[in-house]
Amino acid sequence: MSAETRTAVELAGALASGETTSVEVTQAHLDRIAEVDGAVHAFLHVDAEGALRDAAASDARRAAGQTWSALDGLPIAVKDVLATRGLPTTCGSRILEGWVPPYDATVVARLRGAGLPILGKTNMDEFAMGSSTEHSAYGPTRNPWDLDRIPGGSGGGSAAAVAAYETPLAIGTDTGGSIRQPGAVTGTVGVKPTYGGVSRYGLVALANSLDQAGPVTRTVLDAALLHEVIGGHDPLDSTSIDQPVPALVEAARRGADGDLTGVRIGVVTELGGEGYQAGVLARFEESVELMTKAGAEVVEVSCPHFVHALATYYLILPAEASSNLARFDAMRYGLRVTPEAGADGGQPSAEDVMRATREAGFGDEVKRRIILGTYALSSGYYDAYYGQAQKVRTLVTRDFEAAFERADVLVSPTAPTTAFKLGEKVDDPLAMYLNDLATIPANLSGVPGISVPSGLADEDGLPAGVQILAPAMADDRVYRVGAALEALLAQEWGDALLAQAPPLPPAAEGAHR
Amino acid sequence: MTDTLLSYDEVLARFDPALGLEVHVELDTATKMFCGCPTTFGAEPNTQVCPTCLGLPGSMPVLNATAVESAIRIGLALNCRIAEWCRFARKNYFYPDMPKNFQTSQYDEPIAFDGSMDVEVDGETFRVGIERAHMEEDTGKSTHIGTTGRIHGADYSLVDYNRAGIPLIEIVTKPVLGTGAKAPEVARAYVGQLRELLLGLGVSDVRMEQGSLRCDVNLSLSPKSSPDEPVGTATLGTRTETKNVNSLRSVERAARYEMQRHAAVLLDGGKVLQETRHWHEDTGVTTSGREKSDAEDYRYFPEPDLVPVAPAREWVERLRSELPEPPHQKRARLQTEWGFSDLEMRDTVGAGALGLVEETIAAGTSPQAARKWWLGELARRANESETELASLGVAPSDVARVQALVDEGSLNDKLARQVLDGLITGEGSPDEVVAARGLAIVSDEGALATAVDNAIAADPDVADKIRDGKVAAAGALIGAVMKEMRGQADAGRVRELILERLTPR
Amino acid sequence: MPESPQHAITREEVAHLADLARIDLSDAELDHLAPQLSVILESIASIQGVAGDDVPPTSHALPLTNVYRDDVVRPGLTAEEALAGAPEVEQQRFKVPRILGDEQ
Repeated sequence: MSAETRTAVELAGALASGETTSVEVTQAHLDRIAEVDGAVHAFLHVDAEGALRDAAASDARRAAGQTWSALDGLPIAVKDVLATRGLPTTCGSRILEGWVPPYDATVVARLRGAGLPILGKTNMDEFAMGSSTEHSAYGPTRNPWDLDRIPGGSGGGSAAAVAAYETPLAIGTDTGGSIRQPGAVTGTVGVKPTYGGVSRYGLVALANSLDQAGPVTRTVLDAALLHEVIGGHDPLDSTSIDQPVPALVEAARRGADGDLTGVRIGVVTELGGEGYQAGVLARFEESVELMTKAGAEVVEVSCPHFVHALATYYLILPAEASSNLARFDAMRYGLRVTPEAGADGGQPSAEDVMRATREAGFGDEVKRRIILGTYALSSGYYDAYYGQAQKVRTLVTRDFEAAFERADVLVSPTAPTTAFKLGEKVDDPLAMYLNDLATIPANLSGVPGISVPSGLADEDGLPAGVQILAPAMADDRVYRVGAALEALLAQEWGDALLAQAPPLPPAAEGAHR
Repeated sequence: MTDTLLSYDEVLARFDPALGLEVHVELDTATKMFCGCPTTFGAEPNTQVCPTCLGLPGSMPVLNATAVESAIRIGLALNCRIAEWCRFARKNYFYPDMPKNFQTSQYDEPIAFDGSMDVEVDGETFRVGIERAHMEEDTGKSTHIGTTGRIHGADYSLVDYNRAGIPLIEIVTKPVLGTGAKAPEVARAYVGQLRELLLGLGVSDVRMEQGSLRCDVNLSLSPKSSPDEPVGTATLGTRTETKNVNSLRSVERAARYEMQRHAAVLLDGGKVLQETRHWHEDTGVTTSGREKSDAEDYRYFPEPDLVPVAPAREWVERLRSELPEPPHQKRARLQTEWGFSDLEMRDTVGAGALGLVEETIAAGTSPQAARKWWLGELARRANESETELASLGVAPSDVARVQALVDEGSLNDKLARQVLDGLITGEGSPDEVVAARGLAIVSDEGALATAVDNAIAADPDVADKIRDGKVAAAGALIGAVMKEMRGQADAGRVRELILERLTPR
Repeated sequence: MPESPQHAITREEVAHLADLARIDLSDAELDHLAPQLSVILESIASIQGVAGDDVPPTSHALPLTNVYRDDVVRPGLTAEEALAGAPEVEQQRFKVPRILGDEQ
């Protein structure tokens, strides 16, 4: 059975023309999931019944001449870190195994309100901590390009699902690159909006000052359409931007003409060079070349404090996360592990149960970061660690501000390497952290970024991505330049990059539920 | 193990007390601090919760504008500076009644700081410095199930999160020095007068017995600097914090107790343990809680899900201009209006009856009558039952109604006091109590006349005396009539009737 | 300038932090976490001294202030919804094991 490979825009057109129905499209994707997800493991939960019910409702609406949005009837997958009423939300952790939220995240409510049937919840590194999805308590997701390799993380599930044609659209979240980096290593498009551009209400917090939800798609235009559905002010999120969403779809359409005349593109010195795989750099340089040919003016900019971004991030994130994850204590929801006896020899106390539950329910990476974060915040260390990190963050922001005076957008390779093998870095936390080198600065300063596939690396034939960053609130620029690059590259390749991906093997026996 | 206490006089001879008071005020906003859940009291468990106050994964706080306004008004009324820019912070610790296992509070950036309040005790004024007033949220409530219902020895607990997220303002004084022997009274007066202030602002119903005003008393002693009084080589000035102080009376008693306890420890050459203690009103002692030390590392950091609060100066000034009259000014004005003497006014304030008297007068009672009831009969009963005037269960409007009934002749003084009994035991409104207990003065002249005739007939000797002109003897007959009428007669009218019958016109 | 803290973290410190974080780490975990964390801390230490005293900290990426909501009731959860995920329920409340510590 061949997969449904049309983009969301194409499918929307097919729905509008009556060529197909939402039920057909949704069913086609459910069939694809059944066929390949046994191997890919992008999904933690598939809601066939709910998705088809919502698809039928969409068709009925359309028949009555009443669609709710441009994407009405298009199925979508949601990263399991967003609360979905009635559907399990595990955040890739055992401590939330089987937890069914009684409410929808605002992003999810907006998807439902726009008429998108939700196929299910996608796999992720536990509590979004990771760059490979290997830290999921439910087993890793595999890269559709090579099932022995990682799909990136923490949102490997969403990216892999899109790359494997299990869904045309997905929602991811990005704290240090968790949308963009999986996009790069799976040959898909991923966008991190300006901080505050998309509501975080219902997004289980990892690092509140860094997290953002965003679109995971196969094309830039699909991402723009999805971004316009989910973006915008939310009174339930005090940190959300109280301004209308910029005209992203218009920017993406405009960019697709491939003309970058007058656009100043800044290449960031510190985001490249040593530590970056040769093939990744080669594809990046070619992209810059293409953009120059299309009329862009390329300047080299230095952001000297970016070299400290990783360290800053790995102080701020664990600190905020250690506090965010304190609520998982077995008292109100989630896993409860009761030891046989209490620490004092008597009946187990609430404290005993908390300790035993958190020990059993959290994985290694989560524990590592909780301990690290607790340390960074503890009295006597706050100034030197967390306090200091928040200051360096200011310096990173100043670097961006200075750079954006000389360039309209900044570019870099999205990730230093292509997809590495499963198991290769999982026991070396520091090596794993280095995957986020290029993506982290944007989260520290809240600026928007997109990863657009740049091609396949020569060494291994695996996808790489180009990251395009814009000033805060200028998400439209990211879409314009991203669409332009995508169009320019498509001309070179003659087709979407994903078309070059090896076909997925058929489902094994007893495949996905 | 009971604590040794030094006699109060000895304490004062050797030491100077330093007081600190931390008061938590529950704001009476319609909704919680960070979410739109209702705050009405007494709802079924866990029916006033939402993802935010339940701390569900993914939930986020949004600040209540009215709570901020109340916080600013409280700060202004306490002569504080209002921060131009401040943030919330997370106070991280684990406890089952805290849904997030951190409390969203303010740490080093309170919304109001550096103020003062003048407190009057027996005509002397003490200026209490206010360190800060800040915003925070309340926790849920646990019920401990076990043999005693107390937390120690409980088998398990049941938690209700209805109160989680209720807006609180914490008001912390600077150390209060130089109070000497009056320290306990100053502590009590501070809390009492702070209550008045907050009531006047209309930000809380400040009922200590309901927990909408909570008080922790901090105390330390330092040796008097007189060289004549040798003190031991012990550590001095260590502070203890006493919780569970649920009434004004407890504030005073707990302060005094701790002064005596600290002094005994210090004089014995020991060290006062820096700890939290619990006050027990029934036994009149404090017991050890837990050591207040740096074992509690709250790991404060600015709350990333909330943005800074930067109140516009115009807004602050407008709130300042709309503040109600400051208490001392108000008191002076009321004293003049009511025609109270200095002593009468001081007693009224001292009894915590100012607001009650004021409301009673507003309901139509004369100032003296209002004062008479509150500082007389009702104060007596409050002392007997060891409760506060405000907690007796008698509302100012009730007192006004009782006095009105007396004025119109339906009740006499004695009956009125029985009506108060009924009010205190919760039998209903004054009119309901009168009806239920049958307390109205009988105005039926026929019944009265019968009783008068009976009394005269029963005691002919006294009757003769009256006929002879010894009108004063009528008292005995009046008593007999009152007895027969079960007190439900107007003594004056009875006297008239007796004299009508027995004296020449 | 504050004194730079040591970047090695001991097993005892990890145990203390685990205690603060209410995680009952096993001996094996304590054994390997300390060196792992030390390595991470070592690399993170590179930010020491990068920002001078005059650099203000960023706690929010956006310069927002004064975000409020009106003091108006908004529908919440029913008790059933609130208790739905609870490990144990009794009398419409969350049943939790005996609590040892004091309230704060």
